[in-house]
Amino acid sequence: MTALLTVEGLTKAYPGVVANDDVSFAIAPGEVHALLGENGAGKSTLVKMIYGLVRPDAGRMRLRDTPYTPSEPRAARASGVAMVFQHFSLFDALDVAENIALGMENPPPQRQLARRIREVSEAYGLPLDPDRLVGELSAGERQRVEIIRCLLQDPKLLIMDEPTSVLTPQEVQILFETLRKLAAEGTAILYISHKLEEIRALCDNATILRLGKVVATCDPREKSAAELAEMMVGTKLTPPERESAAPGEVVLDVSGLSMKSANPFGTTLKNVHFRVRAGEVLGIGGVAGNGQDELLAALSGESRVEPDAIRLKGADVGQLGPNARRRLGLLCAPEERLGHAAAPDMSLTENAILTGVIREDLAARGFLRWGAAQGFARRIVERFDVRTPGVGHAARSLSGGNLQKFVIGREVLQRPEVLVVNQPTWGVDASAAAAIRQALLDLASTGTAVICISQDLDELMEISDQFAALNEGRLSAPRPARGLSIEEIGLMMGGAHDMEVADAV
Amino acid sequence: MDLSAINPLVLVASLMVAATPILLAAIGELVVEKAGVLNLGVEGMMITGAICGFATAVETGSPLLGFLAAFAGGAALSLVFGVLTQVFLSNQVATGLALTLFGLGLSSLMGQGYTGIKPPPTARIEIPVLADLPVVGRILFQHDWVVYASLLLVAGVWAFLRYTRAGLVLRAVGESHDAAHALGYKVVRIRILAILFGGACAGLGGAYISLVRVPQWTDGMTSGAGWIALAIVVFASWKAPRVLLGAYLFGGVAVLQLNLQAAGIAIPVEYLSMAPYLITILVLVIMSADRSRAALNAPASLGRSFHASS
Repeated sequence: MTALLTVEGLTKAYPGVVANDDVSFAIAPGEVHALLGENGAGKSTLVKMIYGLVRPDAGRMRLRDTPYTPSEPRAARASGVAMVFQHFSLFDALDVAENIALGMENPPPQRQLARRIREVSEAYGLPLDPDRLVGELSAGERQRVEIIRCLLQDPKLLIMDEPTSVLTPQEVQILFETLRKLAAEGTAILYISHKLEEIRALCDNATILRLGKVVATCDPREKSAAELAEMMVGTKLTPPERESAAPGEVVLDVSGLSMKSANPFGTTLKNVHFRVRAGEVLGIGGVAGNGQDELLAALSGESRVEPDAIRLKGADVGQLGPNARRRLGLLCAPEERLGHAAAPDMSLTENAILTGVIREDLAARGFLRWGAAQGFARRIVERFDVRTPGVGHAARSLSGGNLQKFVIGREVLQRPEVLVVNQPTWGVDASAAAAIRQALLDLASTGTAVICISQDLDELMEISDQFAALNEGRLSAPRPARGLSIEEIGLMMGGAHDMEVADAV
Repeated sequence: MDLSAINPLVLVASLMVAATPILLAAIGELVVEKAGVLNLGVEGMMITGAICGFATAVETGSPLLGFLAAFAGGAALSLVFGVLTQVFLSNQVATGLALTLFGLGLSSLMGQGYTGIKPPPTARIEIPVLADLPVVGRILFQHDWVVYASLLLVAGVWAFLRYTRAGLVLRAVGESHDAAHALGYKVVRIRILAILFGGACAGLGGAYISLVRVPQWTDGMTSGAGWIALAIVVFASWKAPRVLLGAYLFGGVAVLQLNLQAAGIAIPVEYLSMAPYLITILVLVIMSADRSRAALNAPASLGRSFHASS
């Protein structure tokens, strides 16, 4: 079969980094082609060039044997190339039909469009109500909006950028069914991911990128996940390990925690119960937007709750603010590195002071002790292998992985009684992620209770003793992590969110 | 004190005249904010429009040309804001405040030599038949054409935002400029067009003050109407029909204040002059008390700079 799209020698350089260096591959009609690589390997830049969002510095693309140089996404869409974005390109305050109309060249009148949305969504087993506000939809449903927006334009090539990172295992199955159906109809699919098992289950061919270069092309079904990982990372990764210790006393006891979200599109926490013992790691899974941010806010003290809803070593702390809780040993590292966990334009030393001032005694009579603060920041940089020219540099200048190591290290070094982390390895390269997980396990083995909120199930299974899942603001009862099957986890996460395949209709 | 001296018919009729400048400026600012831009320079654009319109009308003898000049003058000043904030990515709040101060200074420079002159009168349109209706005819159908034009403009903006594709794109840009950019919409171009429209409307509103409402030229004669227009957009929770309601409400308070003074109410004049502003603050506090609802209606990208780098 002749190739639908061929890419030859594509190169794109940004100041200081070559995002893509002489990348070539081809994709045939009906083929599911994987682009595999770590964060920062250049996958996103590559597909942005194919979709016309970024112009290549050098190289050629051919679509159905004619030169293809999309100057803007509109031109790409006109040529039959559609894309489902990693961070959804949706508008919360608009309804489903309006969102879909915005992504189309010549949308029909709204009423007609609503009917077509219903038709297409049922034909592909993706039920969707065109009149609902997108802000009220679950992550899986929002992705459907994007997919249907693409399907309505009858694409020849569908680009999917990390589509499963926000889905429950059951939702992933539904998505794969849809993609297989599309491929069988002759649509080529370019599937970007770093999840190896998914690629092995779905894709016919894989192009593996590392640091902007193609390092291998293979049939993923003939390789093991370990082999693919090695090609992707370039070295062998050792999974984190820990000495198992008998759990100690209950340190943190959360009971009947209910809280309304400060954000109008947020999730209300409903009667959350859990206990964590000293030396234990509690993993909290769940699809994004099911109350993770709210739970972190309630635990950190950014949102106040009933005094007895959160008890730290027997004392009521629900009414206390973040600093009072820090003094008692309850520390948090939120998800958003730039802007929440760290102040982007302040130096590492200043960022170290921001959370460490109380427990590390970095201020005296209202004046900062700069020497001690610099010493503390240097200790973090050394202990956690943060790559930076010096602690005087702004947090913004660090790469995601290095800043994340700094943010986690800053809390770990304060010897917390309880440490809460949200998405500790989101957008971090594999070796930094492994280092962070190891640090969390080391911390637990010294007797700290660790709560890890994450959407990465593999990560949670790797480090957790107990596992619980958030679903629409409710927390499932924690269960021992060892021996949980993927089906059980999926059900704890709320199954397919009532999004069963519509074939039954 | 003699409340019977206040004629309700005249009160309502003059309320519409008093409200028209803030209505025009507010409906323009509504479009700007729906596109995700916070332009605090409304006051400066209004006063610039006021002098452009006044000077042109006096020189040419045609109020219509005056209004056109105000339209152009407001738009020209807003273009400065648009280029600074959208192209050079300057801070919108600081630039908007600077625009107000600049507009006040510029207008006072341009207005030298125009103090104490009367502008040519703007024609009233008595809508046939309707104008002869008892009571209602006097209140609603005997105004100058700008009043009717402002009402048509509100209806037009409402329909544009609600029913047209261009309106949908504009709302989308204000909701999430990153997503709109990813879909291939020209965020900067759309925002500059919205800013121009907002500036032109503010200019018209200013000219209405200097050509019809007062009608003469004095320095700083808009006296805070631009700020009230900004407040009304929030008060209206970014909905066009409520802008109309808000503008007439505040216009009503302003007129009532004058009438109460005329009726000899024994309250110091200063308190009465403060009333519209106090009520503005009060209404804003009440509106934003229910935080989640107000936040739901606000364009999510309001006031955020956009740069197509990522």
